[in-house]
Amino acid sequence: MIAIVEYGAGNQTSVMRALNHLGIPCIVTADPGVMDQCAGIIFPGVGAAAQAMANLAANGVDAALRRAAARGQPILGICLGCQILLERSEEGPVETLGILPGICRKFPDDLRDEAGDVARIPHMGWNGLNIKKSDPLLAGLPQNAEFYFVHGFYVETKPEMVLATSGHGMEFCAVYGRGNIRATQFHPEKSGRAGLTLLENFNRMCIDQCCQKD
Amino acid sequence: MLSKRLIVCLDVRNGRLTKGVKFTGNEDIGDPVESARLYYRHGVDEVVFYDITASAEGRGIFLDVVERVASEIFIPFSVGGGIASVADMRRVLNAGAEKISVNSAAVANPALISEGAEAFGSQAIVVGMDVLAVPPTPDIPSGYEIVVHGGRKRTGLDAIAWAKRCEELGAGELCVNSIDADGTRNGYELKLTRTIADAVGIPVIASGGAGHPGHLCDVLTTGHASAALVASIVHYGQYSIRQCKEQMEAAGIKTRMSW
Repeated sequence: MIAIVEYGAGNQTSVMRALNHLGIPCIVTADPGVMDQCAGIIFPGVGAAAQAMANLAANGVDAALRRAAARGQPILGICLGCQILLERSEEGPVETLGILPGICRKFPDDLRDEAGDVARIPHMGWNGLNIKKSDPLLAGLPQNAEFYFVHGFYVETKPEMVLATSGHGMEFCAVYGRGNIRATQFHPEKSGRAGLTLLENFNRMCIDQCCQKD
Repeated sequence: MLSKRLIVCLDVRNGRLTKGVKFTGNEDIGDPVESARLYYRHGVDEVVFYDITASAEGRGIFLDVVERVASEIFIPFSVGGGIASVADMRRVLNAGAEKISVNSAAVANPALISEGAEAFGSQAIVVGMDVLAVPPTPDIPSGYEIVVHGGRKRTGLDAIAWAKRCEELGAGELCVNSIDADGTRNGYELKLTRTIADAVGIPVIASGGAGHPGHLCDVLTTGHASAALVASIVHYGQYSIRQCKEQMEAAGIKTRMSW
């Protein structure tokens, strides 16, 4: 069972529908006790970082995420979830969960893409991945596989944690991970077959992790 | 670099497509969910549903369609038609749409854009604009006027000024439909699309006038659009999504080619 964290930040039901489609058991929950018992946690989100942090603190989900991270439970952060697993966000600015090192920055205003056109912000639409490291989360995905992004801020983390980048007037981190934690700036639940493959990969990581424990 | 998007538009009345969609070798399909699923499998980047139902009962059926679509397709889709309040927006977004599109209601009440952006984020708010070419006047210096109610009612608003206002109010995207080009199949209104795309920092979706895939290429290059909306050129089996995209790719336009 995978817990999809519900904290008043949007797209949990989209994630749930994608997992239902894949036949992966899941539950949308804000209950730290339920999160503790699941094989893995998906931490989605759209919206603003400061409001999300307030919501997480209000029902103890922040502590549950920290416990899960410490215990080795697999966690997949998506979009805003990807951003606030790190230490700080310029969107606010606000201190975020600090589960992994890194900060979330605003895209500069004056970006231009490779064709010389204005790189419009928010970065919204389909963009390709430059896969930097092979990882179970990205298994079966070709170089340049395209995913759906919607964001005005990007994450900056330790180079060794960057699993894939994408480009929008500048190269930025699109997927990072360390230990049991993975995060995608894009929305796998809205990225067609490539996104569904990634969600299946995460489920496999959760199952493998459970088997190891047993 | 971002891919240019190909968006297909489906008009729905009382839970059925207003006109059947003909996929290659198939009969007309009147079910919006099945059509969306096939377009999804054929590689479209996004889907827009316009609900042209008038009755409250029809609206309920439409919300059910939105929920079923959300369980079948895993790409973004937006919903327009009859959305006049934040509560309307919430119902549609909760049913599984990524974005809502407002048009006449935003002209009547521009605060709808800012209220929607505040409640759901700018990425969820698309403003649709129907634009008519008119002789330039002091009030309409660009020579492009916003019209509402399907092009029947002029508003006195300059399209460029309105586009900028929508951006300031928090719109995440603009869908620019040329009333003059719509239905002609002679190509998108390139000057209009380009003028608006250059005036704002948010993505512009071009709408109205596509007759063949070359028109998509024109509006995505010369017209500076981020996305092109199509309906009849794909609905009647004349061109497939893949054909459109292959032509875009051949024209050097970056587009998603594997799905």
